[in-house]
Amino acid sequence: METVFLGFVLMLSIFLGFELISKVPATLHTPLMSGANAISGITVVGAITLAGGPMAEWATWLGAAAVFFATVNVVGGYMVTDRMLGMFKTKEKPEVRS
Amino acid sequence: MSVELIGAVYIVSAILFIYGLKLLSSPATAVRGNQLSALGMLVAIVVTLGSREIIDFRWIGGAATLGALVGAIAARRVAMTGMPEMVALFNGSGGIASLLVGWAALDMGSGEDPSTQTAFTIVTILLSILIGGVTFSGSIVAWGKLAETIPSRAITLPGQQIITLLLLIASIGCGIAMVMQPEAWNATLIYVVVALSLLLGVMAVIPIGGADMPVVISLLNSYSGLAACAAGLAINNTILIVAGSLVGAAGIILTNIMCKAMNRSLSHVLFSGFTATKSAT
Repeated sequence: METVFLGFVLMLSIFLGFELISKVPATLHTPLMSGANAISGITVVGAITLAGGPMAEWATWLGAAAVFFATVNVVGGYMVTDRMLGMFKTKEKPEVRS
Repeated sequence: MSVELIGAVYIVSAILFIYGLKLLSSPATAVRGNQLSALGMLVAIVVTLGSREIIDFRWIGGAATLGALVGAIAARRVAMTGMPEMVALFNGSGGIASLLVGWAALDMGSGEDPSTQTAFTIVTILLSILIGGVTFSGSIVAWGKLAETIPSRAITLPGQQIITLLLLIASIGCGIAMVMQPEAWNATLIYVVVALSLLLGVMAVIPIGGADMPVVISLLNSYSGLAACAAGLAINNTILIVAGSLVGAAGIILTNIMCKAMNRSLSHVLFSGFTATKSAT
């Protein structure tokens, strides 16, 4: 039953993902990719439960390493996306004024 | 915090991810979209830290601080022209995180008896290792090609298709062996799967030319979402499944849109290395 439930969640999320991205202007391709990449760092949540849970020593080590890498992805991903989007803003402003 | 409460908060964070992605795809709202999605991530992390399962915060604190520092410095320092490379590196980082989560999940529920792992768990663990590994090594190769540490032209080895096919068959073989004999798996086989996945990632990206790298990074981004999703299925975590499959699906669509914008077909980009081998022979 649990597996079926997870399957439903999976299927609905995939359809939602397909629907969410439709018409994206070319300038937003890279920021959108980067923003989506930051979301895929959600694996940090899984890593946290493994690194802090009652696991064997080797699994805790792997979990801690996973926390490190996933945090790099999350923090770096969101910051880089923000910088990219900020760049568009400063570029667009002079155009509006002139 | 109870499991129900955590689940409810995960729903909030899923809504923030979905809405954030939606806003990210329009120029006027993109900045807010990114912030909302970051907020969703923060909410998910904080509520997970409050989970009863977590008994030791030392490792988490140390690793997260270090990771945040590295990520922040890298994101600050990178030149605007170097953004795609940086995204590739971050993406690879997420890929290897999913690989490690899958690997560590081997220990879950195996306290007394390793054979308590169901076939479903084993398959999802293998998938997260395989996809995570391909994402990691593929992203590193993509980064190398963009930074020109690796020649950016399409590199084809003799018999490339056959090697890739054999690697794929070998990984499936390892997977079947692990499902058949769950108690005998602890040591060697998992190392083999990790090695195979890393090799597969290299073989998948190395025959693709540097000009197509943005599309490849977008595709690998989709893979890293799928890896997170597989890890979520392995450790039974809904927010990993939802966010991972969202990114997986959105990434595929985005890859396709990028291909169209560059006047290329997705299959052409993916198999360009293979066709180059064919025309050379």
